[in-house]
Amino acid sequence: MAVSTSPLADLSAALVLEPVAAADWLVILPVAWCLAFGALLVMLRRPIGLHPFIAVAGLAGLVVIDGLLLQHVIANGPVTMVMGRWLPPFGIAFTVDLTGALFALVASIVAFAGGIYSLADINDSGRRYGFYPFLMLLMAGVSGAFLTGDIFNLYVWFEVLLISSFGLIVLGSEREQIDGAVKYGFLNLVATTLFLIATGYLYASFGTLNMADIARKAEGLRGTAPLMTLTTLFLLAFGMKAAAFPVNFWLPASYHTPRVVVSALFAGLLTKVGIYALIRVTVMLLPLEREELSFVIAAVGALTMLVGVFGALAQSDFRRMLGYLVISGIGSILAGIAVGGPGGIGGAIFYALHSMLVMTALYFASGVAAKLGGSFSLSSLAGLYRRHVGFAAISLMLAFAVSGLPPFSGFWPKVMLVKAALDIGAWWLAAALLVTGFLTTIATGRFFLLAYWRDAAEGEGATAEARIPAVILLPLAALTLLTLGIGLYPEPLLSTIQNAAAGLSEPSSYLNSVFPGAAR
Amino acid sequence: MRSVIFRAVAPFLTSLMVLFSIFVLLRGHNEPGGGFIGGLVAVSALAVYGIACGVETVRRAIYFHPMAIAGAGLFAATIAGLISMAARVPFMTGLWVYPSLLGVEVPLSTVMLFDCGVYLVVVGAISSIALSLEERGGE
Repeated sequence: MAVSTSPLADLSAALVLEPVAAADWLVILPVAWCLAFGALLVMLRRPIGLHPFIAVAGLAGLVVIDGLLLQHVIANGPVTMVMGRWLPPFGIAFTVDLTGALFALVASIVAFAGGIYSLADINDSGRRYGFYPFLMLLMAGVSGAFLTGDIFNLYVWFEVLLISSFGLIVLGSEREQIDGAVKYGFLNLVATTLFLIATGYLYASFGTLNMADIARKAEGLRGTAPLMTLTTLFLLAFGMKAAAFPVNFWLPASYHTPRVVVSALFAGLLTKVGIYALIRVTVMLLPLEREELSFVIAAVGALTMLVGVFGALAQSDFRRMLGYLVISGIGSILAGIAVGGPGGIGGAIFYALHSMLVMTALYFASGVAAKLGGSFSLSSLAGLYRRHVGFAAISLMLAFAVSGLPPFSGFWPKVMLVKAALDIGAWWLAAALLVTGFLTTIATGRFFLLAYWRDAAEGEGATAEARIPAVILLPLAALTLLTLGIGLYPEPLLSTIQNAAAGLSEPSSYLNSVFPGAAR
Repeated sequence: MRSVIFRAVAPFLTSLMVLFSIFVLLRGHNEPGGGFIGGLVAVSALAVYGIACGVETVRRAIYFHPMAIAGAGLFAATIAGLISMAARVPFMTGLWVYPSLLGVEVPLSTVMLFDCGVYLVVVGAISSIALSLEERGGE
């Protein structure tokens, strides 16, 4: 029993005793913030009309918190907070470095845009199904995954976001949605189970779950522990999460079924969490094993790119095509991870961030197109250019961005990746990247030609809505402007990403943040 | 299942079980027990009551919607972690106060608040499932 009169033992061996600076609270605040808002929304069942406003306010706050966190990390290097002040590796550590902070910030921007878009996309019944609580809890899971410094804790956040995403994907309970949700749910559970098995295996070999501790112990265990097996298992688990070939089939089977805003958020957030975890584990924790596996990762990356883009070429449904483009983007990121080095890892991180913004915006655009043209299908979608010139311009910009054409955000990471691939002599990987970019241009160009420039047949689409509400156009335009801005003025983001990549390949500052004073 | 004996005993059984569940919850800090197991005991109590007297009665008796109870629990658990901010210690650090109530020292802590949150989450989530299953049992 806890008694006030208990004699004080020497606590400094077990606990963090120095007071925590208020700024360090930014490390945990995104998660706690989202959990608190999610819980609040679950409690408020009656005043369903208040949900959107509370959630949007919460997401706006999340953007601010993540922005401050990134600023803090840029200024002071990686920041650590251990839960319940137990010293690491026993206490669960939240450690935020540049990579985690960048991902968290972009995720919160995407979620905020989704929150605004949802004002027009989610009706009362969607609210009653709990769209907004699920959204906040999803963001708690996503933020937790990006910010945690403990691999089992990463698994827990994966579960949190997975369960929230189940709730979001069946929103509405239509037959088609249940079908998509079953495929999505089953295959993701398999991936999560593999992740759990790999984590158990890792714990058995290392005796620790703290990422910094794993990174510093890996060197000494190379001779005895089955590190290659571990890395391969993690690669499979996270590859499945990220929808890499040949375990990508769940994504096109499910991403076109839910509401547009849900697809957009999934495309922006979920696969990227898998990619982030893969980068974290293979680049920071087990770098030599990544080196060994680099050919496998490169081959998987090239195939993922090509399978994705060929799939996109073959589709006649807007959202199905976008699903394949998500996959193709994952391939490019994997290529960066395979190549390694500052160029490869930096390119992978940059591409992932770009893909989060652009894919979400493209799904938004598909929603607008369906509102204007009355369908997602290419066979009946036509004459969008005539209906709404501004929207057509935005769509064209997004099509350029996703194809990696200048002056948009997709251009720079592509350049970095191609250059990094050529530098190590992997000309075939560079060729795959370029061919993918070219084919993506054709796929999106074909779509633009048919859906936007082709004149609508007489009398068709007359029933479709002519006016698009501002709450839909606003987030779409904002995300598009963001990609344009990054494309025109990439310097600050680029230098931050290069620092982030350097911090992953040489994690001494990360280790110092978790184990201060333990110089190695 | 709806024998007279069962229906007559169920309210007493339920109140005893709920009382016991709170005992288990509070005992859980250093001994077997705690929020999760206490919550499960409380849900079994509600389930027994539901079988005996009908789901509607249970829903009226707990007043709040089960999911709202779960939300309140999650909120309490989050708040329990955030209290540490005021004390300038890391998230989720256990903080204790020992107020004296009628000459008895009552240890209160954020850990206990967190455990109560877990209790409410379990009560809310599991009873939500149990009640809708009982409802659709279609007797």
